[in-house]
Amino acid sequence: MEDTYTIMRVFAGSWGLLFMFTVFIIVILFVLRPGSGRLYKDTANIPFRHDDKPARSPAASQKTEAR
Amino acid sequence: MLDYVKLLILGLVVISAAIAANYARDVGYMVHAIIVMITAAGLFLWQLRRTDEPVPAAVLQTEYMDGPVRWGAILTAFWGVVGFLVGTFIAFQLAYPQLNFEWAQGYLNFGRLRPLHTSAVIFAFAGNALITASFYIVQRTTAARLWGGGLVWFVLWGYQFFIVLAATGYLMGITQGLEYAEPEWYVDIWLTIVWVAFLAVFMGTLIKRKEPHIYVANWFLLSFIVTVAMLHVINNMSVPVSIFGSRSVQVMAGVQSAMTQWWYGHNAVGFLLTAGFLGMMYYFIPKQAERPVYSYKLSIIHFWALIFLYIWAGPHHLHYTALPDWAQTLGMVFSVVLWMPSWGGMINGLMTLSGAWDKLRTDPVLRMMVTSVAFYGMSTFEGPMMSIRSVNSLSHYTDWTIGHVHSGALGWNGMITFGMLYYLFPKLWSRERLYSLRLVSWHYWLATIGIVLYAASMWVTGIMEGLMWREVDAQGFLVNSFADTVAAKFPMYVVRGLGGLMFLAGGLIMAYNLWMTVRKGVAAAPARAAAPAE
Ligand code: HEM
Ligand code: HEM
Repeated sequence: MEDTYTIMRVFAGSWGLLFMFTVFIIVILFVLRPGSGRLYKDTANIPFRHDDKPARSPAASQKTEAR
Repeated sequence: MLDYVKLLILGLVVISAAIAANYARDVGYMVHAIIVMITAAGLFLWQLRRTDEPVPAAVLQTEYMDGPVRWGAILTAFWGVVGFLVGTFIAFQLAYPQLNFEWAQGYLNFGRLRPLHTSAVIFAFAGNALITASFYIVQRTTAARLWGGGLVWFVLWGYQFFIVLAATGYLMGITQGLEYAEPEWYVDIWLTIVWVAFLAVFMGTLIKRKEPHIYVANWFLLSFIVTVAMLHVINNMSVPVSIFGSRSVQVMAGVQSAMTQWWYGHNAVGFLLTAGFLGMMYYFIPKQAERPVYSYKLSIIHFWALIFLYIWAGPHHLHYTALPDWAQTLGMVFSVVLWMPSWGGMINGLMTLSGAWDKLRTDPVLRMMVTSVAFYGMSTFEGPMMSIRSVNSLSHYTDWTIGHVHSGALGWNGMITFGMLYYLFPKLWSRERLYSLRLVSWHYWLATIGIVLYAASMWVTGIMEGLMWREVDAQGFLVNSFADTVAAKFPMYVVRGLGGLMFLAGGLIMAYNLWMTVRKGVAAAPARAAAPAE
């Protein structure tokens, strides 16, 4: 039987690498999905909403939305 | 009921610490046990006086919890000045060895003060800056009050207690000899407890958020908290020699230990000094420039790219060692690729100002933040270059590394933290504006010139000594002795010390300015309804 070191090293260099790379590609594709732009524009404006006080309810934060 | 439990625990701590002090096997451990005992006894009395007193009305969920943020901001400024002071002192110790005073041998010599400097700036200054930023940002971007109540205060003061134990330990020679992870086992355990509480506070607040989406700054901050927890626990696996002594034995040995140490060391840079601070950048630059980040998509992509890449880059600290070649190559390749997401972050930070560049002329705080991002870009270009094995054979062991460290640390971490403090103080104490913008400009120029002096002199000495070490004559003998390089470096050491002095002076000016902002500043008009930009 091969030693643990070799088993782990071979696994990391093949399936492990493939798995991480695939996850990463999926993340990128997900971010670039159609329609994400509008959502992200809203998210990017979060810092400009509740500077002084917490929101009272989830609904309230939607109404004070910028733009 | 909870009060009684607290009293019980504190009482037990006092007694155990007293027993530990009695059986202590070394002086450092005894001093620490006594510090623990006194602190716990003080807390016991404080708690006792509050027990069974009328409970104040339930806290308002309609207010942010800014008390800990205020203290965090003060402590950041304080530890910053302390860390810069020690840094400047050890810089002059290298130039003038006489400063290793005979009467203070074993306490204030370079070897004892160096870890004090690195921990003071990384854990005390940068760490407090990150805790402060986390508490502030997570509230404003989730529109919810911090979760945890008293736990938040525990995180803040518990962390300071960690710093005090670590710092006093270094001076007494308590160290496990792992760079940036010097504190011994009992201090490590304490930090683990504090850190888990920190994670709980942060996660708790995220969970009860009122905004449906989690703003990108929180992603960076969360990754910083989680990763530091993981790194800390794995790199500090050790078995104490005795529970009544400060010494411990590492579980890992040899090349495994080295690899784990630099996996830790590099990701401390990657997640504490980079990811955490990017979280700061993604909140404070948009706020100060009054416009949203340039590209939100880019921010997510470069976040995940950083996460996936940083973890593998550690071996670039171990080129030409017993580490297998393939691992060194792996580290090198990942470090070079890391250049791209790093610059993704830099571009995103800088371009946030597009259309608002004119603000740079009038707003020294924004200028500070932008300079910081520029230094981030510079050090993340230099880093990948130094990771290439042949370049590293020149730069390793030389002052080039020190120059790289400080262009990142002073330029990026320092400047963005100053920007944050200048933003936070008027906000947190409801002041109309800072006490003096002219003093901010002074700070800006002192710090910038200080960094330039520091980095430039270290590049010169670094490359010079690297070349001197490898110079051989026609017969193949080394031309220079080690002492020759030390002598040749002297002028550059003095220049570096002066750069440090300027940076320190800037820090003192900042402390004064912030103090006066609180003392003398004009109170801000009562808070208007939060109006969104544009
Ligand atoms: C006034 C400003 C500062 C001065 C004068 C200064 C000076 C020094 C000196 C002389 C050393 C030892 C170098 C050697 O062993 O050859 C050092 C190491 C170090 N400093 Fe600073 N420092 C300053 C600020 C900072 C800040 C703000 C940070 C981080 C946020 C920092 C992080 C470090 C680190 C990580 C090391 C260890 C580098 C290594 O082992 O490669 N320093 N500093
Ligand atoms: C893409 C990003 C980066 C890469 C690839 C990188 C690469 C490197 C390399 C190759 C070394 C020298 C290792 C040696 O020869 O011993 C090093 C040292 C160091 N870098 Fe970076 N760097 C990066 C960014 C940064 C940033 C932004 C900071 C700080 C804010 C930083 C802080 C440090 C520190 C503290 C050390 C000294 C470690 C020690 O020996 O004690 N690095 N880095």
